[in-house]
Amino acid sequence: MKNIIVVGNGMVGYKFCEKLVEASKDFKLTVFGEETIPAYDRVHLSEYFSGSSADKLMMAPRTWYEEQGISLRTNELITQIDRENKTVTNHLGQQFVYNKLILATGSAAFVPQIDGAEKKGVFVYRTIEDLDAIISYGEYAKSAAVLGGGLLGLEAAKAVKDMGLTTHVIEFAPRLMPRQLDDEGSGLLKEKLEELGIGIHLQKSTTKIHGNGKLTGLEFADGHTLAVEMLVISAGIIPRDELGRKAGLEIGQRGGLKVNEYLQTNDPDIFAIGEVASCNNMIYGLVAPGYEMASQVVNQLTGKSVKSFLGFDMSTKLKLIGVEVGSFGNPICVGTATKTIVYKDKNKGLYKRINVSQDGKKLLGGILVGDSNEYSMLLQMVQNEMVLPPEPEDLILGKRGGDENAQWGGVAVLPEEGTVCSCENICKGTLTKAIVEGAHQVNALKKCTKAGTGCGGCLPMVNDLLKHELKNLGKNVKNVLCEHFEYTRQELLDYVKIKKIKTYSELLDKYGKGEGCEICKPAVASILSGVWNELIVRQDSIQDTNDRYLANIQKGGSYSVVPRVPAGEITPEKLIVIGQVAQKYRLYTKITGGQRIDMFGARVDQLPDIWEELIDAGFESGHAYGKSLRTVKSCVGSTWCRYGVQDSVSFAIKVEERYRGLRSPHKLKGGVSGCIRECAEAQSKDFGIIATDKGWNLYVCGNGGSKPQHAQLLVQDINEEDCIKYLDRFLMYYIRTAEPLTRTAKWLQSLEGGIDHLRDVVVQNSLGLGEEFEKEMAFMVSTYACEWKEVVENPALRARFKHFVNSEEPDPNLAFEEVRGQKTPVDWQKY
Amino acid sequence: MFTNLEKYKTTELSKVKRWEKVAKTEVFPENGGSCIKLGELQIAVFRFSRRNEWYACQNLCPHRMQMILSRGIIGTEGEEPKVACPFHKQTFSLKTGKNLNGDLCDLATYPIKVADGYVYLGFED
Repeated sequence: MKNIIVVGNGMVGYKFCEKLVEASKDFKLTVFGEETIPAYDRVHLSEYFSGSSADKLMMAPRTWYEEQGISLRTNELITQIDRENKTVTNHLGQQFVYNKLILATGSAAFVPQIDGAEKKGVFVYRTIEDLDAIISYGEYAKSAAVLGGGLLGLEAAKAVKDMGLTTHVIEFAPRLMPRQLDDEGSGLLKEKLEELGIGIHLQKSTTKIHGNGKLTGLEFADGHTLAVEMLVISAGIIPRDELGRKAGLEIGQRGGLKVNEYLQTNDPDIFAIGEVASCNNMIYGLVAPGYEMASQVVNQLTGKSVKSFLGFDMSTKLKLIGVEVGSFGNPICVGTATKTIVYKDKNKGLYKRINVSQDGKKLLGGILVGDSNEYSMLLQMVQNEMVLPPEPEDLILGKRGGDENAQWGGVAVLPEEGTVCSCENICKGTLTKAIVEGAHQVNALKKCTKAGTGCGGCLPMVNDLLKHELKNLGKNVKNVLCEHFEYTRQELLDYVKIKKIKTYSELLDKYGKGEGCEICKPAVASILSGVWNELIVRQDSIQDTNDRYLANIQKGGSYSVVPRVPAGEITPEKLIVIGQVAQKYRLYTKITGGQRIDMFGARVDQLPDIWEELIDAGFESGHAYGKSLRTVKSCVGSTWCRYGVQDSVSFAIKVEERYRGLRSPHKLKGGVSGCIRECAEAQSKDFGIIATDKGWNLYVCGNGGSKPQHAQLLVQDINEEDCIKYLDRFLMYYIRTAEPLTRTAKWLQSLEGGIDHLRDVVVQNSLGLGEEFEKEMAFMVSTYACEWKEVVENPALRARFKHFVNSEEPDPNLAFEEVRGQKTPVDWQKY
Repeated sequence: MFTNLEKYKTTELSKVKRWEKVAKTEVFPENGGSCIKLGELQIAVFRFSRRNEWYACQNLCPHRMQMILSRGIIGTEGEEPKVACPFHKQTFSLKTGKNLNGDLCDLATYPIKVADGYVYLGFED
């Protein structure tokens, strides 16, 4: 058996392993990685800042290498190649024999020579270790500059901004992303990033880093200075060619190991792939060409047909802090005869450019800033040299007027050999074949073809293709719940109702398979509550932990308690009770965003005792733990406010008490404002009611959170009675038809016809379901009972609230520390 | 903190020397889990009624070192019985303790048996 050694366990090194074991098992494969962890996804490194764990970024877990029979040696640096005896030596002095050696050592961050670059606070942006260092230093800094306004630099800027620092980007060239964008495109991107609070400094050559040991500022060649506390250098890459250099391999003009079109170095048994390879004196700093190189080397080793590597498309698409940017084919066309079509919309913040060949027949490349929806389609047209439509501007402006069904682009007209995923080089034909053979979900399709597993940019196209092909196959495209139920939530809800199914087990027996999971159990629990409104703790083992213990689980395993305070109105007496309970059980207290008080740090066994006291004082459950109505926020309205035109507090209390405890596909929040000033922020809620001098305006389907959405106006100037009628209908329609864990805003987006359709159903009663919805809601309202009251009064239910079943002791591992005079849980322990 | 992983070692059925009687079967919820205290150990016991099976593993989730797994939802992935940690939905095989949706270390699992209405856990020492 031949020994193959891969030096470098980065994305390309990993991809080589994946492709090789897939093609043949006749090799003994050994991989060396100098980092402590197995290969991870560097393209999505900035997600590490927004909370993605290193695990999630990993290309494959260690177990994968084991299963494939690959010997993975992380934390080991290869220091020497002996070409004569065909061995490599690691830093511990151990030797390994190879028949073929693959160098995938990648690159390091290029650090320009700047006076003071050794100061504390200067970082490069390359590995997870770099990121950890940036994150821990960033905790004590307020501002940071990123050196480099290219692709990687802007990624780094996003990461730094996500850390909450004032962010600057410094670029030597006169524009951002100089390789991908022209002046206009860069100008728009600059404006957009500046709007988001990022300082952009172009044509700046950094000459000096100020500070006494620790960075305090930067000085530029033009004499200007910039005060910052951190500098992240992301100004380019230099190939890690030192190992090959030492072994006497030929070096390219700009560094890197010189390879021929078969990725061979001047030693025929040594290949170089990825960012360390210099092909025609070009270093490819993107993942797609690296993957292609890996494939071609695998093809050679396994005796398959080989395509020579002569260059690679450097098209790219990314989303920077909410700004979409795409650059494809030949984006700038300097020195190429071309006709350009440009579309600019300052108002919407759009810039689109396409470069058309002189004869007007082919697309050569282009740039998209502000909206990159057309990226995949345009890239296909370039790569497959597809014929342009008669009016090429349609490509970026859309078809205007005329026959809307006339399709000139998209997946349908893409030829079978057209590339869909350029990272993995997967063509349309491979995908359609996989779909025909049974891969009917995006995940399955990704798994069996690998399409969309690199940068992910082609996933919308993969999705379109899947839908298109399934339609061709005569299949309905639907979102099934999970592997246990081949039905949508809406279908299951209908079965529950029609067949009068009351338990999860019964539904699983009749309509499911297997034994359920953490996805379908809570989803079915929500359906059962939405139809029968029975006490949820009766079937406690199908509930998520919050619904099982009727409290919100927090770090460390303690729970928080939120009593309902309808509309945020509370008497001094009740405030005192909350204070007393919190004091007695030593709970941390904080005002929530929904105008109530959260008490944190309760042990599971304390929950019933706490609630007994709260209920005695007239409180009831706030359902903060449930996918159900949370709060209806209000302003004081006309009772106190000199501007108020309606009594918003009274109406908010009425609405909150009507829908309290209502289980729904996701949490529900409401708001009522007493005048147009909108102090209750009702337009950021699932339903918002705003007073007018004639009555109320009803808004629906807004939310805050990671993707804030303004609620949309459903109906204007209605009285209280109609407002409640329409709310009943709206909520029941949502509960019946939304997918699990879908907020109203997302649900509305998926409703065909959008808000107009919703208005038809709710206000015009176009489906004729209005009365049924109202009747169902009346049932929910009349069967409401406080879950905590039932638990407190029922000794059997109450007995479930303890940590151990064989001991009365609480969990001995609960640990708290004091912060600002209150207790808080100790931080997560690191694995 | 007492949550060191080293205290939890998978016990093979063939090597069991001692069966510890831990609790009556009826205290365990159907198709759900509960936590057992044995000295310094916390063991999650799952009563998988639908399959007529019982499982036991460490209560400690190795992801963020939380004593929580007994409060997780159980189910199956294909044929494999599993538990999902309530915190971040890491899933583990109840049979082998393997992390099914990630690269975390295995959970320690323990032999379990039911006799005369009581649940017993097996240990090597």
